[in-house]
Amino acid sequence: MEWFESFWAIHSNLILTLGTNALLALSIYLTLSCGLLALANGAFMGIGAYAASLLTLNYDMPFSLALLVGMAAPMLVAFVIGKPTLRLSGVYLAMATLGFGEVVRVILLNTESVTGGALGLNGIPQYTQWWHVALAVIIALYVLYRVKHSRIGRSFEAIKADETAASLMGVDIERTKMTAFVLGAMLAGLAGALNAHLTFFIGPSEYGFDRGVEILTMAVLGGTGSLAGPVVGSVILTLLPEVLRSFADFRLVVNGLILVVIVLFLPQGIWDPGLFRRWFGRSGKRV
Amino acid sequence: MLVLDSVSKSFGGLHVLQDVNLSVEPGSIYGLIGPNGAGKTTVFNLITGLLQPSGGSITFEGASLLDLPPHQITQRGIARTFQNIRIFKEMTLIENVIVGRHRHFTYGAWSLLTRSGAFRQQEAQARERALELLAWMKLEHKANDLADNLSYGEQRKLELARALATEPKVLLLDEPVAGMNTSEKVDLMTEIENIRQRGYTIFMIEHDMRFVMGLCDRIAVLNFGRIIAEGEPADIRSNPMVIEAYLGKDDDEEVTA
Repeated sequence: MEWFESFWAIHSNLILTLGTNALLALSIYLTLSCGLLALANGAFMGIGAYAASLLTLNYDMPFSLALLVGMAAPMLVAFVIGKPTLRLSGVYLAMATLGFGEVVRVILLNTESVTGGALGLNGIPQYTQWWHVALAVIIALYVLYRVKHSRIGRSFEAIKADETAASLMGVDIERTKMTAFVLGAMLAGLAGALNAHLTFFIGPSEYGFDRGVEILTMAVLGGTGSLAGPVVGSVILTLLPEVLRSFADFRLVVNGLILVVIVLFLPQGIWDPGLFRRWFGRSGKRV
Repeated sequence: MLVLDSVSKSFGGLHVLQDVNLSVEPGSIYGLIGPNGAGKTTVFNLITGLLQPSGGSITFEGASLLDLPPHQITQRGIARTFQNIRIFKEMTLIENVIVGRHRHFTYGAWSLLTRSGAFRQQEAQARERALELLAWMKLEHKANDLADNLSYGEQRKLELARALATEPKVLLLDEPVAGMNTSEKVDLMTEIENIRQRGYTIFMIEHDMRFVMGLCDRIAVLNFGRIIAEGEPADIRSNPMVIEAYLGKDDDEEVTA
């Protein structure tokens, strides 16, 4: 077991990041599967991270409670900003949610007495164990799987396909979209809270525009047709920088290049059941 | 059952509908005809809550439908199909129909997560009913195909099955045979007659005169946003205003919509 211990010592951080990134990709998968291009997940992650860290750091709260607050806080915020913004669609919703993300970042930056401003929060207790992350991913996958194969998941898919038709089938569009948005915020917040208690330090710049785009990229890269897609996408995007370590400065270039290729040639993402069927020649029935 | 009382609709200065009065009786097939651009689909959009009328009232079983969002109107028992087919193409046929069953699911979040008895029973029931409705439309053998792979006529039938899945009291059909060939039309005519036999009330917009005259109990004619005639098919056929407005000059354009 010695090799494992040394392997774990070197790579544990990376493996746990895999888990939190998977949660993030799943969080945006929820809104994407509803046809909503909402890019606020980076901000929700930040809200969750800060809310949970402030509790453990300043008030010695138990980790479980901090995690709960780390999920509840972004849910609440999502509910409030979802009311006006979810009426928007397409690029307008993307703009509004990006704007919201910037607002969150600037607030974190300027409320120095609470959040430490640009210096961020230091010395967050490292409570996150590997099994916390594993359990969170498993529960998230289970819940999302159940949701997908229920009336809610079907409503998501129907809204994505044709909002008007869905509403005339009796689907409450506003409520269903809100469900997707709030659940997504909860997952992002959970990922943020777990991640914060892993990394010792958090700062506002981690939850800005770049993070939002990274989360979106993971989901789009993997494909949003199934639950496996976002997970695969997050694994690839997390491991890619490690694999490309030797390219040093060109890492981001290669990263971007791969994305362009994927979007051009595999628009449904890497995990595309339809494509697999075509490749492996099974007939057009759906799983 | 479904009553429109002096309903009007204008977009800015454009009066699309003026003083429209209609009354659809339970168990009947009611037809709304008129030249292109007469405002027929607008009538449907007003009834289903996609648009709000500028004036007048719309009542269904005695209760007003004004200011209700579309999904609540569906829940009261009004379903519709669309002129330009709007099925969920990336979903299978049976999933399409089950979406129509949406309001009949009552299970909550907890039974969804635990796959409780109520959850499984309702899902199984929905599948069963969906298969039955697909069988009515003779599509049950394709239940697990993607809707996108259906032919045009089959897509119309799927839309009909999906609308029926909401268990409506009134079914609004917006040009059900548009773009269909003759045999498909005859086929669908039989299906619609069958649906009526099962106790549904039908309100349809249609261009195809033979189709309308053959099926409907009563017909209203809409021209430039006004009802110019209303009555039984025989009366409509012989009404000079109707012939002038619609039948006389529009004969060659029947296929346009």
